[in-house]
Amino acid sequence: MAKTIDRQIVLPWRQVIRISFNALRARLFRSMITTSTLVLAVAFLSYTFAVYAVLEGLWPAADVALQDKILATGFTPTDGHFGTTAKDRWLVVLSLLVCTVGIINAQLMAVTERFREIGTLKCLGALDSFVIKLFVLEAAYQGFLGGAAGSVLGVGTAVLTLWARFGFPVISHVPAVSLGVLFVKSSALAVGLSLIGVMYPAWVAARMQPAIALRSEP
Amino acid sequence: MNGNGTHNVVRLVDVTKVFRMGQEEVHALRGVTLEIKAGEYMSIMGPSGSGKSTLFNMIGALDKPTSGRVFIDEVDVAQLDAYELAWLRCRKIGYIFQTFNLIQVMTAIENVTLPMIFAGMGRDEYMDKGMELLKLVGLAERFQHKPAELSGGQQQRVAVARALANDPAIILADEPTGNLDLTTGEEIISLLKELSQQRGVTIISATHDIKMINVSDRVVWIRDGRIDRIEDREKLQVSVGQVF
Repeated sequence: MAKTIDRQIVLPWRQVIRISFNALRARLFRSMITTSTLVLAVAFLSYTFAVYAVLEGLWPAADVALQDKILATGFTPTDGHFGTTAKDRWLVVLSLLVCTVGIINAQLMAVTERFREIGTLKCLGALDSFVIKLFVLEAAYQGFLGGAAGSVLGVGTAVLTLWARFGFPVISHVPAVSLGVLFVKSSALAVGLSLIGVMYPAWVAARMQPAIALRSEP
Repeated sequence: MNGNGTHNVVRLVDVTKVFRMGQEEVHALRGVTLEIKAGEYMSIMGPSGSGKSTLFNMIGALDKPTSGRVFIDEVDVAQLDAYELAWLRCRKIGYIFQTFNLIQVMTAIENVTLPMIFAGMGRDEYMDKGMELLKLVGLAERFQHKPAELSGGQQQRVAVARALANDPAIILADEPTGNLDLTTGEEIISLLKELSQQRGVTIISATHDIKMINVSDRVVWIRDGRIDRIEDREKLQVSVGQVF
């Protein structure tokens, strides 16, 4: 009896998406901790940009008294427009750099504590590529959720603080479109950062011999 | 995939394994040659640190030997690529571990069906078979429970059901009773024995549980990374009497 060894099939994306989504849902609290750095960095970024976007929306509609009030607070338009200063951008870039290191560290921890699970998955017939896809998808969800939460937090804080300072016109002239664009951009950035963070740990995890992965302490 | 008692389902030829721990080299296996026949119930006995688990990993294609060859169904494992290895682990071998190694975030039925999902089965098919397997190990009504909500013995039963998912020719058990109390351990042992008798599955179990000896067809004693002796069932009673 000739018994040949066949080749393992590559799991369809539909299945990988389902498995990774359930895995994330089951570990939601742990994921939130992993993602917290990302949420805060994105909140800071979107706050910084949202303040100027809201002022842009408010300025043309503001009467002289309100315009004086805005100028008195320290915001100065260049050529009649509000935008980030070099210092703002520098702070945002710094915070993103810190966040990248933070998210790599957090993902490294999160993946390391799942080495045994990875070993088990490989014993059950998981391919290396499945392990990578699993972590990349989980990181993408985390990035998206963290990014969405962060931008809502940042934009929300910006609108609320300006409202407290300049009153109701801030709400009635909220620039929905540019804030929407900011939300999308921030979320996309968060997904990107999350993916950068997970690449290395996922690669290490996927390449491990099952025996070694199983030996690691949880 | 059933045992006709003649062909070797596993064959090891002069397998060695060296681990490097910093400057030191640890020789976990120092040349093991072993043949395991289809349908056999074989126990690998030995004190801890004797190389039992390393041997287990070699037989299960979970780690690469430093030298020597491992054949499963007369196919040299070293010649297999990643896809073939994954197929082998998925279809040909069912693994049972001392620490159960269930996926903690998945329910019993999800754990049992996972190997079938990896094998590419359709949902209806794998759910039916998963429930059937849970019924076999007596946990059908607990299919929605997560490992943390099950006792040690129940978790190991789920692990046994999972190991059977793709009708493997070999079940590899690494100290399956190590974390269980006496009675639960016996239940798992008799469950394995039943499987070997009814399904013709080859059972290879690394253990230092004496209860395992009674059900084994052969016992391989490992000491310092070498095979100390191999005993057949007939001789076992005598030697057990002598040693213990």
